[in-house]
Amino acid sequence: MRKNAVEIRDLRVVRGGRPVVDGLGLTVPAGSVVGLLGPSGSGKTTLMRSIVGVQDKVTGTVEVLGAPAGSPSLRRRVGYMTQDASVYTDLTVVQNLRYFAALAGVPAPARAVAAAVATVDLGGHEKQRVGTLSGGERSRVSLAAALVGDPELLVLDEPTVGLDPVLRRDLWSVFRRLAADGRTLLVSSHVMDEATQCDRLLLLRAGGLVADTTPDDLLASTGAPDAERAFLTLIDRFAERGAAPAGRHTAEEDPR
Amino acid sequence: MSLTLATTGRVLAQLRGDHRTVALVLVLPCLLIGLIAWMFADQPQVLDRFGPMLVGLFPLVVMFLVTSVATLRERQSGTLERLMTTPVRRGDLVAGYALAFATLALVQAVVVVGFALLVGMDVAGPLGLVVVVALLDAILGCTLGLAASALARSEFQAVQMMPAILFPQLITCGLLMPRDQMPQVLEWLSRAFPLTYAIEAMTSLAAGEEWAGVRGAVGVIALFIVGAALLGVLTLRRRTP
Repeated sequence: MRKNAVEIRDLRVVRGGRPVVDGLGLTVPAGSVVGLLGPSGSGKTTLMRSIVGVQDKVTGTVEVLGAPAGSPSLRRRVGYMTQDASVYTDLTVVQNLRYFAALAGVPAPARAVAAAVATVDLGGHEKQRVGTLSGGERSRVSLAAALVGDPELLVLDEPTVGLDPVLRRDLWSVFRRLAADGRTLLVSSHVMDEATQCDRLLLLRAGGLVADTTPDDLLASTGAPDAERAFLTLIDRFAERGAAPAGRHTAEEDPR
Repeated sequence: MSLTLATTGRVLAQLRGDHRTVALVLVLPCLLIGLIAWMFADQPQVLDRFGPMLVGLFPLVVMFLVTSVATLRERQSGTLERLMTTPVRRGDLVAGYALAFATLALVQAVVVVGFALLVGMDVAGPLGLVVVVALLDAILGCTLGLAASALARSEFQAVQMMPAILFPQLITCGLLMPRDQMPQVLEWLSRAFPLTYAIEAMTSLAAGEEWAGVRGAVGVIALFIVGAALLGVLTLRRRTP
């Protein structure tokens, strides 16, 4: 089995005339749940869009499952959930999922759709139009649309935003189960208590990597009682060393 | 091909759920033709002469608007971005959309031509060809709308693509003034616009021409459909800022 699902070196992304990610390098180990954390505007979405191959003005190396990001061969193997629920609000839950299952070339679409509905706990809403669902339900339809093709790598941009604690816990156990089955998940979040559910954590700030660590190491290296305060401590340390240009920090330079 | 059909099925499912749009697409052109028939009730030759042109024109305009807004919505809702990470090819999307709207356009062409006959339009040429040309016009409107939506960054711009792209064609297509009476440059310009051929084909059919008399114009419309579809594919970007 491949060691890393994603390998990024010297990534630089220009948006609106300025680099929003500059000199970023990181890896996402295969078969794990990797949390991508950072304040808004830190480049999480840009990074994820670069990995799934829809980000323009990308330089550097982004290798996904052994192929350059955005390669046609990857489109069946990578599932992407955008930050806003990108599903058709004028279609029902099942109509949406059937379409995305067809695009992914799923051999038994009906079963895959039923399984995805069950995974995101939307049973009973199958025939409901997505536009009539609540925000949290919509975002779960969007997640199901990424799951329905059973991809090897799932790139999920804030999948649990707006969900209640019970559902968040359930979804994280789904993520854990998928990783146990050999899938790789890159999950962005700014809910810091979710960080403890990840195998690895990537902390971004201003388009640069502040830390590449594990939940335990994060707490140990900062001496903070919880992930949120640990993150703030790291950000403060980063700011104190502020003389170095933002974004030039790689995992090797970070305190462990 | 299966991804094209999956896309067609999805767009048709969206249309089926939107009864009001379908009703507008079918009823509005009838209403406009009805108005003209009523206005010239004592001069039936007016409807005979202009009816076929309008039967070709209304579907083009309606389909242009509907597709350009539909694709803009797809861009803005983020679904296009998601689609671009799936195995669907850009050609599948354009063909899928065109096929779905062509289905609606076929229903529209039959309904509109049927209604025009009902209110007294007499077509000297073969009626089947009038439906075919109306259908091709609608598909042309559809593919032009797909291509135009790439130029629009907002809804405000999208709705203005219609006057920007269709009005110059309307003015020079021969509806306002016979093309051989226009200033030379405008006449040349009208040759470069697809709507000219749509109107030309319908005018010929109204005057009693058969297939031999319109196949040139129909061929040009078909070429414009292919060209606009290709433009639609090329302007669909997989990577966006």
